[in-house]
Amino acid sequence: MKVLKIATAGSVDDGKSTLIGRLLYDTKSLTTDKLEAIEKTSKQRGYDYLDFSLATDGLVAEREQGITIDVAHIYFSTATKSYIIADTPGHVEYTRNMVTGASTSQAAIILIDARKGVIEQTNRHFFINNLLRVKDVIVVINKMDLVDFSEEKYNAIKADFEELMSKRDYQDQHITFIPASALKGDNVVNKSENMPWYEGQTLLEHLEELDLEDIYNTGTPRFPVQYVIRPKTDEYHDFRGFAGKVYGGQLSVGDDVVALPSQTKSKIKDIYFYDKKYQTASRRSSVTITLEDEINVSRGDMLVKVGDLPTIDKQFTATISWMDSKKFAAGNKYLVQHGVNKVLAKVDTIHYKINPDYSGIDENIDGLGMNDIAKVTFKLNKPIFYDAFKDHRTNGSFIIIDTQSNNTVGAGFIQ
Amino acid sequence: MSDTLISEVETLKDSGVFTTNALENEAIYIMREVAAQFEKPVLLFSGGKDSITLVRLAQKAFYPAKIPFPLMHIDTGHNFPETIEFRDRLVKELGLELIVRDVQDSIDQGKVKEESGKYASRNSLQTTTLLDAIEEFKFDACIGGARRDEEKARAKERIFSVRDDFGQWDEKNQRPELFDMLNGQIEHGQNVRVFPISNWTELDVWSYIQKEEIEIPSIYFAHKRNIFLRDGLIWSAEDDIVFRAADEEVKEMVVRFRTVGDMSCTAAVESHADTIDRVVQEIRDSSISERGARIDDKRSEAAMEKRKQQGYF
Repeated sequence: MKVLKIATAGSVDDGKSTLIGRLLYDTKSLTTDKLEAIEKTSKQRGYDYLDFSLATDGLVAEREQGITIDVAHIYFSTATKSYIIADTPGHVEYTRNMVTGASTSQAAIILIDARKGVIEQTNRHFFINNLLRVKDVIVVINKMDLVDFSEEKYNAIKADFEELMSKRDYQDQHITFIPASALKGDNVVNKSENMPWYEGQTLLEHLEELDLEDIYNTGTPRFPVQYVIRPKTDEYHDFRGFAGKVYGGQLSVGDDVVALPSQTKSKIKDIYFYDKKYQTASRRSSVTITLEDEINVSRGDMLVKVGDLPTIDKQFTATISWMDSKKFAAGNKYLVQHGVNKVLAKVDTIHYKINPDYSGIDENIDGLGMNDIAKVTFKLNKPIFYDAFKDHRTNGSFIIIDTQSNNTVGAGFIQ
Repeated sequence: MSDTLISEVETLKDSGVFTTNALENEAIYIMREVAAQFEKPVLLFSGGKDSITLVRLAQKAFYPAKIPFPLMHIDTGHNFPETIEFRDRLVKELGLELIVRDVQDSIDQGKVKEESGKYASRNSLQTTTLLDAIEEFKFDACIGGARRDEEKARAKERIFSVRDDFGQWDEKNQRPELFDMLNGQIEHGQNVRVFPISNWTELDVWSYIQKEEIEIPSIYFAHKRNIFLRDGLIWSAEDDIVFRAADEEVKEMVVRFRTVGDMSCTAAVESHADTIDRVVQEIRDSSISERGARIDDKRSEAAMEKRKQQGYF
């Protein structure tokens, strides 16, 4: 079964939960007991229609306030695909939630209320999905029933959005527009009879046809070592296996590899997946690799192909998304987790803040607050082995950890 | 030696063939992160299909070495005898270390009070026993088989979910999880609950059991059982663990269990699915959710969230 991860982003009351509910309902993914629970609560609250947000807002506080606080994961499937929707709320910690959702998604849905058109939030949603290089963005212009299913209105909003597109950094991003009414069911799963002028696909038709090029599978093979397997049994007395996940490209038995940071060369002897040996390990496979030579490799080290080295450096410049209420300032020290590797990092320079609504940059700053996005240079206590985010999604990204609270307080994309 | 290892990329191309490979690779990655980032992990084992699946994934993650952490069962004393029998056999066959801690002991020590009446269950009492055991063994990571599709509060759960000294879940202040990176940094006294099959659905688990030919306890398959009906649910009347009123009539029915928890809160479903193929087909066609047969979730809309805040799994 194919698995497609989608992130949804929207503003308050633009009908995001209704859209997800509609997808679940029209694909018959809501089980009878869940549907009954929604019917019961909707009725209790005196609503005229089913409130599908009750299916996704899993926390008491969310239901009380009628808002979504935290990223929720929703699962449904069709005959051909399994879908995972990361529903990301647009409230106080909006960049944190959107960046988190987009980081693991292959496609993103941006919702626009047809009555309001492109608003500041829309700019931010698009900016973040473009920053994270999400491959497919679907702009759903919702609530078309409230603008009389007007083609002119749809075209005007589309034109506004296209103006944003001209400012984007990642130009290859694929963008689709769909006019819809999630509440009435137009163009979500079933084709709308109210908008004969729209000849494109419904949202689900579009999702079903998306080319599932793996979001992590860009660039060349990188094998960060997670764990060294030493069975110490009679049968496997000298066995030293390097357990990890293959990113970027594939690795095969006989490949000449270099271990980083030692830069020692060897050859891949065997590739194990559980109790079987394989000739080649594909991207994203969690395998165990043994080498021809006994070299010193431990967790955090990386195996790469000879002649295909990443940058090895004790500093880097990145675009970061700051997610904490504590101020981020030059001179501060944090832990940077790059893949499975953790290093101490010092903020060397904050070059400028990037307004995530395409309104430019701000160079006059003394630090970063929650939701800020900025270009920053870090100095590290030891070298890491990285690629640029645009070339390698996995090896070009990192998270920032507060050394006191241990919380994940930011994420970054290496230049 | 086989050809290219089938992974996500290949999987995407072979239409029609069901495989949970992408999810399997993710779960193995998580298992290895646990072993690498924590000093004293433990795998919470209930004898249910999800924890049995976790054991297989852990075997795969560390082969040819043994699973580098013990299994722990919090025994309510109200388990199906088939589950306990199965547990002991599995542990013996794989040469694993098993720790068992009993809810009965917590009751005897006066730490928790047995519920009484029609809906009495030891399910929520497990929390105290679990937290005591975590403290006793100083476990810093507990691997569990919870899945986000099970319940809407669980849909908010992280893969690495930090719990404080009291085992509490601070649902409004969770760490963001980006890309594949799992942040296991904790303070002394805190622990992390780890959910490697977070992104699996019930059907994914069953299909994996089918594909991998994993053995599971017999109560998951259709069998004849003495039962009684209450609130539209089917309850086992094989022993006196489930409270049964005098007017609740016992009859024989062909049933199976779709989820295996504490006997007192797990209802059966009428089914003739007596093989794994038939079970998978049944799940595919089902219109009722898995936890629809769990009375513990029906107590209120926020039942799961409340239990989780208190340290429940």
